[in-house]
This record gives sequence, structure tokens and C-alpha cells, in this order.
Amino acid sequence: MKAAVTEWGPYLVLILVGFLPNEVWRIVGLLTARGLNEDSEVVIWSRTVATALLAGVIAKLILFSSGELANIPLPVRIGAAVCAFATYIGVKRSVFAGVIAGEVALLLGGFFFAR
Amino acid sequence: MSAAVTFPSSGAAYFSGVKSALLSVFSLVLMGTYIGMGALAHAADLSSGWLALSTMLVWAAPAQLIMISAFSTGGTLFEIALAVTLSATRLFPMVVALLPLLRGPGTRIRDMLLPTHFTSISMWVESLRLLPAVAREHRIAFCNGLSVGYMGTAVTSGFVGYYLAAGLPPLLAGVLLFLTPMSFFLSTVHNARMMIDKLSLVLGLALGPLLAYLGVQLDLMWTGIIGGSLAYAVHRVREATQ
Repeated sequence: MKAAVTEWGPYLVLILVGFLPNEVWRIVGLLTARGLNEDSEVVIWSRTVATALLAGVIAKLILFSSGELANIPLPVRIGAAVCAFATYIGVKRSVFAGVIAGEVALLLGGFFFAR
Repeated sequence: MSAAVTFPSSGAAYFSGVKSALLSVFSLVLMGTYIGMGALAHAADLSSGWLALSTMLVWAAPAQLIMISAFSTGGTLFEIALAVTLSATRLFPMVVALLPLLRGPGTRIRDMLLPTHFTSISMWVESLRLLPAVAREHRIAFCNGLSVGYMGTAVTSGFVGYYLAAGLPPLLAGVLLFLTPMSFFLSTVHNARMMIDKLSLVLGLALGPLLAYLGVQLDLMWTGIIGGSLAYAVHRVREATQ
């Protein structure tokens, strides 16, 4: 397990660290969910935990970006996210309009301020 | 709530699910996300077949992103496994929240295996939104159709991005990578109609980066547990006082 990921075959890595960790959580959920109904308190709590965790992933992807996105400065990324949210609220709660506005803002900001 | 939509057959429910997937904003999002992912896989010297297989087997964009970047930036197998396992913890409460919506009288556990494997952010958000309006006996077929529509879009887009990659300038690749957080953000906002969901969202947005910045171990897990439990507690207190 100490070896670098690149020393393992890509398909072995796919099964060991890609498929299995994800599938285990899904199966644990499947076994836990038996006998619960959608209004039960555990299910409501699970929804709040999943929503908070997902929100955490989203915020981290925007603030601590990797790959090509990391070349676009942080203020531009935050500004684009604010722009997307404002457009979503302003344009009849349209997710599509909001996403497009955020992407255009990021493209323009990235074009002028990219490192 | 309006009357539940019924279908003449399970096949019709399945295809209605496929259609809902292809017409939803999430397919545009998946196209962007997986075109970007294809570009990254190409840069990491992985094959396009590897990417397609990982989309079908892993079916979680954050986990795939972690894996693919590990091939280009390095890291031990253990580190990557831990990061992916933590990014996948969100799937557990998602499955727990989704399955009661799918289950009807006489539903067998093996009928739930496919929807369980298909559970991912886009499918989960749309299922929670659309399923209550679908007649209970057709929900599993509808949900499978929805998922196959999304997965097909993702696999196809991965190939497109992979072969576009050579010509894609870095700025556009960055813009494509931004599609995933942006669309997940706005769709979660869109679906958070109830106070308890809005609160979970806001707490998660604040706690996620904060705990990561503080270097807290297992930061995503704690973001979910602390943020979600706080929102849940506020909801219980409000209910008790009304």
C-alpha cells in the first residue's frame, strides 16, 4: 500500500481505490435503509448529513481547486460563484441561467487574470 | 401534491426516466464535467476505455477526479484510497434517504441493487425531486432509466473530452472543471426548499473549507456529521416549539 499509485496497474487501482470504497458505502446504505420509511427521523438526519457533506465538497472544489481550475485566481472563482448565485435568484430561480452566468464570469475573469 | 403519474408498463416508466435525464440540466452538467474529466484522463496518460469503465463502476465524479489526479500528481495507494473512501461517505446517507422512496410492498432487495449502485449526486437530487410524483410501483424502473440516461451521457462525454483534449486550451479546461461545483451548488440550492435543507447547505458550505483549512483529519466526514446534525437539531427545536 506504500507504493506510489502509478506503480500499480491502472485497472487494479480502479477496482481497489475507485470501485470498492464507493460501493461499500452504497451497500451499507442499502442494508441500513431496510425497514426505514422516508419520514423517519434517521432518514431526515441522513439527508441533512448528505446535504452538508455535499455542500462541503462543493465549497472545497471552488476554494481549493486542483488541475486547470487552480490556474484561475481564487477571487475570480469566488466572484464567479457569487455571480452564478445572483443570476439564479434574479432569473426566476433558473439553475441553467445561473450556471451559464457563473461560467461566463469565470471565463472572462480567467481570461484577464489567469496566472 | 398533484396526483401520482402512472405508466402503462415498467418499460414506459423506464423510458420516461431516460427522457427526464436527457432533458434535465444535469445532463448538460454531466457533459461538461465528463468532457473535462476526459481531458484530465488524457493528460494523465490513462486510456479512454479506463475512463469509461471507471465512470460505470465508480459513478462518482469527485472520486474519479481524485483518482485521475493521483495518476498525474502521484500519491500512495493508501492516501488515494482514504481520500476516495471519505469522498464516498456521502453515498451512505444518500442511499438511506433514497431507498424508502423507491420501496413498495413486495420490493425485493435485489430490485434495489441497481438503484443502489446508480446512487450519485445528480441522480439523487433529481430522484428526490421527481420520484414523489411517480406512482410507487413504477419508481424503480423510472429511477433506473434516469440513471442509465445520466450514465450514458457521462460515458459518451468522457470519450468526447478525451479525444478533444489535445486541442483544449487550459483556460477552457478550467472553465469545464468549474461546471461540476457550480451546477451541484445551484441544484442543491434549488432543491433546498425546506428550512432544514437550507441550513444543512449553508453549514456545509462554511464548515467544509473551514475544517480543511484547519487541517482537521477526515474533514469531509465531520462537515457532514456536524453540519447535518446541527441543522437537524435546529429543526427538532423549531418543531417542538411550534
